[in-house]
Amino acid sequence: MNMMERRFPRALDTRRGAVDMTHGSGGRAMAQLIEELFLRHFDNALLRQGNDQAAFDAAPGRMVMSTDGHVISPLFFPGGDIGSLAVHGTINDVAMAGARPLYLSAGFILEEGFPLADLERIVVSMAEASRDAGVPVVTGDTKVVERGKGDGVFITTTAVGVVPEGLEISGDRACPGDVILISGSIGDHGVAVLSKRENLEFETEIESDSAALHRLVAAMVEKVPEINCLRDPTRGGLATTLNEIAQQSGAGMRLNEQVIPVRHDVAAACELLGLDPLYVANEGKLVAICPGECADTLLAAMQDHPLGRDAAIIGDVVEDEHAFVQMETLLGGSRVVDWLVGEQLPRIC
Amino acid sequence: MKYIDEYRRQDLAKGLAGRIRREAQETRRYHIMEFCGGHTHAIFRYGVQDLMPENVKFVHGPGCPVCVLPIGRIDGAMELAHKHDAILCTYGDMMRVPASKRKSLLKAKAEGADIRMVYSTQDALKIARDNQEREVVFFAIGFETTTPPTAVAIKQAQAEGLENFSVYCNHVLTPAAITHVLESPEVRELGTVAIDAFLGPSHVSSVIGSQPYEFFAEEFQRPVVIAGFEPLDVMQATLMAIRQLNEGRHEVENEYHRVVTRKGNTKAQALVAEVFELRRSFEWRGLGEVPYSALKLKEPFAAFDAERKFTLENRSVRDVKSCECPAILRGAKKPTDCKLFGKACTPDNPMGSCMVSSEGACAAYWTYRRFVEPATANAREEAVA
Repeated sequence: MNMMERRFPRALDTRRGAVDMTHGSGGRAMAQLIEELFLRHFDNALLRQGNDQAAFDAAPGRMVMSTDGHVISPLFFPGGDIGSLAVHGTINDVAMAGARPLYLSAGFILEEGFPLADLERIVVSMAEASRDAGVPVVTGDTKVVERGKGDGVFITTTAVGVVPEGLEISGDRACPGDVILISGSIGDHGVAVLSKRENLEFETEIESDSAALHRLVAAMVEKVPEINCLRDPTRGGLATTLNEIAQQSGAGMRLNEQVIPVRHDVAAACELLGLDPLYVANEGKLVAICPGECADTLLAAMQDHPLGRDAAIIGDVVEDEHAFVQMETLLGGSRVVDWLVGEQLPRIC
Repeated sequence: MKYIDEYRRQDLAKGLAGRIRREAQETRRYHIMEFCGGHTHAIFRYGVQDLMPENVKFVHGPGCPVCVLPIGRIDGAMELAHKHDAILCTYGDMMRVPASKRKSLLKAKAEGADIRMVYSTQDALKIARDNQEREVVFFAIGFETTTPPTAVAIKQAQAEGLENFSVYCNHVLTPAAITHVLESPEVRELGTVAIDAFLGPSHVSSVIGSQPYEFFAEEFQRPVVIAGFEPLDVMQATLMAIRQLNEGRHEVENEYHRVVTRKGNTKAQALVAEVFELRRSFEWRGLGEVPYSALKLKEPFAAFDAERKFTLENRSVRDVKSCECPAILRGAKKPTDCKLFGKACTPDNPMGSCMVSSEGACAAYWTYRRFVEPATANAREEAVA
């Protein structure tokens, strides 16, 4: 720490300070930002090497890699913030191949004038999320854009991971006869964010479900390596994710509305806002599709894990040349569960 | 969810469906027009039609405020944002409705027009307070349900002296539209549209009451049953309409008595009467000019009337030629009768207004039922030709 104080006589003012153009210029101010903020919180040996890249040995087996840009507004929401989300979201994308995530990279685009206090809060939260997940941020980048040309902060994270031997998990592998499972209640994240964005006050605060799912996935593939598809229903919600898989696999799906878990407060908020929870984003849930005969074992494995406690079997894969996702409604009728069109809109009448 | 789940229970739905099947006489026809887009949405969302016998059919009415707004009025809104540089505040549903030249408010926003989506008139007022140097126009649309909040906003703006706030008023009236549908030649003379009974609106009726429907139940000899928006409400009201038809009655009945009274919300009515007056005539998409079917601001509130504050080109723009929205809004055609349906026109790329709002018949067909009811042979042939 003594050396650091010598290099930068005045510590970064993370109480009242703000991002300015010098923080992205490549000069001393940028070096200080990296050292006193990013390096300090993300601290790990690979990052400490101070190179433009992180060097590590390739793990044996099939590698997977995924990247995700995070532009959420508001930056802080009940149950998380853009920092924790940027870690969880990308880890989950890698985990949905059945993979064990190894390393993360993080690219920050900061807007001139963004409070350093907020930035620190985000970085601390990101570092915590990455430590909890056991996936370190090993390389990164910072850019600053002029005021008005960003929305505070955008974070892009990339993760690499390795797939254990014997797994073949992909969105095009759903077959008629397979069973569809969800790891818990849907719509929590979208409603948590929306409730802050629209300044809607609810009596009970709904928290985002933002979480890293790789340990749940590890428990699942250990018990049922036959899993065909895994995907986290983020933007566009469960409906959109199932449509993607149906399309990729060229098979239809048949859901049962009655057994799809939705929390009461989330259902009530959706009712009020005119939203359909099937289309509302999740950040800590996954959809799994496996052969019918493994479904009960998989359900039990999911329910044994804290992040899969409320897991449920919600439907099955059927033959359908149109690859439609259909649902038996609460009332006993049936309907198509289509892709999300545009953005979900509030009802006006 | 209390007070909601009760109205979606499968066991009750099955019981009601059984009763409807027993009481609907095989030799009779029961074509029931649900006026309101909210009912259309519920019918499709919950698959209510699946639970009905063959001879009980829902005919989808024009009660979707987004769908009935003519292109010229949307062009007017764009003009306010573009030419007059106003901040245009709109309910979300309007954003994707196609205007002239395949433009929309969403596209105008992308081109730099300052268009903001609001949830309530109060949001629009706040934007006006926060931007006193700019003109802020609220794009007011909707039936009797959304009119009182607009009236409140206008009175509030007047009380606060908020001179930069105005309302582009497109509020329309339900009874006038129902009368127009019933008086159309398709229903009266040609008999091409069969409407045996009506499901009356729920939210609209909570404001205007059940009384206004008494006239046309009598005049046109059609039962009207006011129904809530939950699927069991729709089914119960359908059963009530079937019973009326079986017994040769044509009365206004109220299934939604947990909310709707005969007189309605008199406080809201008084507020609307204070701020608004009838337009002599107003153009509806699909219905054309309908006399005394819409509202405008009264003289004392002229300063808050965007149509008087800004000079707007008044224009009537024709719909896309092959778009069947007009006939669909009158119940004369089904969405699948349109040759654009599902081809040139989908919710992602709507040509007509019925494909935009989730309450529009075309969007509901496309989203929830296209696997059940493929395009009719007629439309298929036309598409090939």
